[in-house]
Amino acid sequence: MTLALAVDIGLALLVLAVAGWTIAVRDTFAAVIGFVAYGLLLALVWVRLAAPDVALTEAAVGSGLTGLLLLSASARLRHAKTSAAPPGPVLQWAAGALCILIAAGLAALVLLLPDPAPTLAPAAVAHLPATGLGNPVTGVLMVYRAIDTFLESVVLLPALLGVWSLASEGDWGGAPILRHPRPDGALTLMAQVLPPLGIIVGVYLCWNSADHPGGAFQGGAVLAAMWVLALLAGLVDAPPIRQRGLRVLLVAGAAVLLAVGLAGIGLAGAFLAYPEHYSKPLILAIEMALVLSIAVALALLVAGPPVRTPS
Amino acid sequence: MSFVLDLFTMGAVLAGALFFLAGTVGLLRFPDPLTRLHALTKADNLGLGLIVIGLLPQVAWPLGAFKLIAIWLMALFAATTISQLMARAARDGEPVR
Repeated sequence: MTLALAVDIGLALLVLAVAGWTIAVRDTFAAVIGFVAYGLLLALVWVRLAAPDVALTEAAVGSGLTGLLLLSASARLRHAKTSAAPPGPVLQWAAGALCILIAAGLAALVLLLPDPAPTLAPAAVAHLPATGLGNPVTGVLMVYRAIDTFLESVVLLPALLGVWSLASEGDWGGAPILRHPRPDGALTLMAQVLPPLGIIVGVYLCWNSADHPGGAFQGGAVLAAMWVLALLAGLVDAPPIRQRGLRVLLVAGAAVLLAVGLAGIGLAGAFLAYPEHYSKPLILAIEMALVLSIAVALALLVAGPPVRTPS
Repeated sequence: MSFVLDLFTMGAVLAGALFFLAGTVGLLRFPDPLTRLHALTKADNLGLGLIVIGLLPQVAWPLGAFKLIAIWLMALFAATTISQLMARAARDGEPVR
């Protein structure tokens, strides 16, 4: 057994153990911590599978940001009255059976795949030079399946509207508050020192994604984290959600992508087709708009519904 | 020369791993939040530091080395901040898990 195989087996066992623990643990807070650890381990698994793009997304969005959302949800639930009775045994067994069914179905699909599995990877790489990109993952996301990326960037907006709709009647249009109970000392220092570095990393992840692992979602998540940090430390206040500039920023990414896509009908003969020789600058422009929109949307998702009555 | 460097790497990484093991044991066994934090910081500061120092001869100079050191410094910074926040919460009797 080679050393790499031993590491892989250990990693797989660790992922399974943490997943089992996350399900078994009774406390919501502990389960969220388990989920974050599980996501970070999963990112390592993706690195071992030579998929650094997926690893970055898993670490930034899957583990980091989703973990943060779950953490704030569990904090809110702690203050809420637990009046609802726990689900009865029938519902619990039904949920368990459904989960097992889905897991078994997925496992069967993976095991029943023909060997070698059908793949579009060679075709994707073969046509990559025409896009001006060097990273095949970005090629798939921004060229071959740009419609998926468009829908992904749009779906953040209804999610954010869903969070905002939890606001009380009088608070609509106000600002969300996300602040540590006593933001001083170490947290302030961190929120002052880290954002300059984090902003560089976030922009780098997006800008560099044409040729290297990264992308708008990974970069956006890092930028969002920096904003959330500054909000937590009380260095900045969240803007009121009625602010026009904020809303323009939120839709900018999807709007730019849609505009380029529609222009593609006239200039390149198809929706979301790029005119020849202009694909790379167009893709970079789209990604830069996307990273801003994603960063703002993700940070506002964490910040929660507006609570401050507009003055 | 490379044999000596490899030996140095093995020794330093092993020592780092030992600190992680000790830190984990402390995390599981110590009685209250402050002592558990104390155990955890040993793993963060010394364990990760020793592993980074051990790996330095194995990576490309200077970019790889700078990356490793940057990762170490960021982890130190994050761990320090989190420890401060948790210790303060523990001192003030807020619920710490």
